[in-house]
Amino acid sequence: MAKVLDVARPEGAERVRAGEYVQIHSVILKPGERAPQVPEDTQKVPLELRIKGYLDHDAFLGDEVTITTVLGRKVKGRLVAVNPPYPHSFARPVPELLHIGEELWRLLGVREVREAREGDEP
Amino acid sequence: MIPGTSYAEVMARRHDIMKSAVDIDYEKFETGAIAFDYEGMMDEVGYTLEEIHAIQEETSVGRTPLVELRNITEVVRRISDPGKGARILVKDESANPSGSFKDRRASVSVYCAKNKGYPGVIAATSGNYGAAVASQAAKRGVKCIIVQETYDSKGRGQPEIIEKGRACEAYGAEVHQLTVGPELFYVFLRLLEETGFFNASLYTPFSIAGIETLGYEVGTETLRATGRYPDAVIVTHAGGGNVTGTARGLRKAGCRHTQVIAASVDLAGLHMASDTDFNRKSFTTGHTGFGIPFATWPDRADVPRNAARPLRYMDRYVTVTQGEVFYVTEMLAKLEGMERGPAGNTSLAAAIAIAREMDRDQVVVVQETEYTGAGKHPYAQLSFAREMGVEVRRGDPRENVPGKRIVIPEHPSQIHVKEVPLVDIRRSYIRNALSHAKGRQISTEDIRFLAEDTNSTVAFVEETMRELGGGEGRA
Repeated sequence: MAKVLDVARPEGAERVRAGEYVQIHSVILKPGERAPQVPEDTQKVPLELRIKGYLDHDAFLGDEVTITTVLGRKVKGRLVAVNPPYPHSFARPVPELLHIGEELWRLLGVREVREAREGDEP
Repeated sequence: MIPGTSYAEVMARRHDIMKSAVDIDYEKFETGAIAFDYEGMMDEVGYTLEEIHAIQEETSVGRTPLVELRNITEVVRRISDPGKGARILVKDESANPSGSFKDRRASVSVYCAKNKGYPGVIAATSGNYGAAVASQAAKRGVKCIIVQETYDSKGRGQPEIIEKGRACEAYGAEVHQLTVGPELFYVFLRLLEETGFFNASLYTPFSIAGIETLGYEVGTETLRATGRYPDAVIVTHAGGGNVTGTARGLRKAGCRHTQVIAASVDLAGLHMASDTDFNRKSFTTGHTGFGIPFATWPDRADVPRNAARPLRYMDRYVTVTQGEVFYVTEMLAKLEGMERGPAGNTSLAAAIAIAREMDRDQVVVVQETEYTGAGKHPYAQLSFAREMGVEVRRGDPRENVPGKRIVIPEHPSQIHVKEVPLVDIRRSYIRNALSHAKGRQISTEDIRFLAEDTNSTVAFVEETMRELGGGEGRA
């Protein structure tokens, strides 16, 4: 059986198995190729694409790979993440919004609400 | 020969790509250097109200509840002059399958794609429309690709857009997430060419016809609920489809005296294609960054002729600030038990200010809500704004500075609308139309069209042309 040689791999590079749900990244337009109407700050950076799908072959993070998307289409790019989490959340309650409900009920005067205290916003 | 795929090469053949991707022969409706037969296009390519109702019923779209906001109306009356403070009602469009009125637009586009035998649909959108197309495509068993502008160059995703991307994936779509830039359109065109999918554009006659049912329901249901047609309907305005479709539906419902008021969040000063400004805005739609350009030049869209022509229909155009919309979003949750938005609540913020000017026996209808969720929610957006260095505080919302400071009102009486003078928008539209005509001779038909498209008069158009020095080429 042929031995898999990974001599150029940095120590500890993560091997990803074919079939895993992954995200790939590619550069669509490089900084000099951007549309003429794009403002200066955007001209200086590339137009990048991220897309997810199932890895076609075993690979390491950072490799150029091919994936099969959920629609069965083949897309090439650099392997950047394995099943990445959705990073968004509800975050923490925002203090500036916390008292609005009480203030409005107080204005209506139809419901007992906590008295405003020193230190309350605003 | 395989056609080239460089930016310039693909853009050069965009008209052919778009034409085969929507199967509409736009050229046959052209009637001049500027003019085209808008109503002819809507009649021939769109569907009747009855047909749309039937299409939408198949996928459970529309017939959403019309909700009277009794506590908010009471707040408005407490802060209004005696006899003032109109009743405020809201059309709870979040009750649509994917959580927004965009399902109405998507339902017709996806139906149309399937009917015409396209293998799938593609939409270029960072908004609720993506989830709507993906959801409708799932219902009809059609393949779906969504192209989004999601990240800045540091890979930081706008939380609201990340959420919308998640929703698209949840409905089974292939989601392409790009960094900032209008070249999203180039990626979109390449995908259309590569896949042969249907362009589920927001701006086709199908998409606009899909919203007419919303205006129609608002008109007829308000009459049933209150005994009168709405005195004013407030529409959150971005690309113009919401204003156009709603107004057309209202007319079909017999609302002849209903004022159609467009409302956008004021993001003046932020550049929509700027990598650094991108994540300094807390609203990804419903804002002036789309609202003004699409009102002053609708044909900047992803189809040759935009069926959304908001200037024809808006009687008034106002803006509100981000902080005011966050405040009313909280008000809607706490006083009415409805957690929605925030972007869809732009029109609610405007309604609170406008209801104060109106009599108590009058009725103002906010014609949409949208679902809320992780990333979209005010907590998520305001926390993200702070991380981006935007100041968030309470105070007078007039101190708001887009991208720098979000001011949450301290009292409902601080909610105001700022007028966008329609005469300026009309002038600007005429200037854009003349510059796109590129020296071609302007006919009387073109002038008549401009008067109609700006909801003004031939005299106004002629006077504006004289002011702009463009009247000499007239036939």
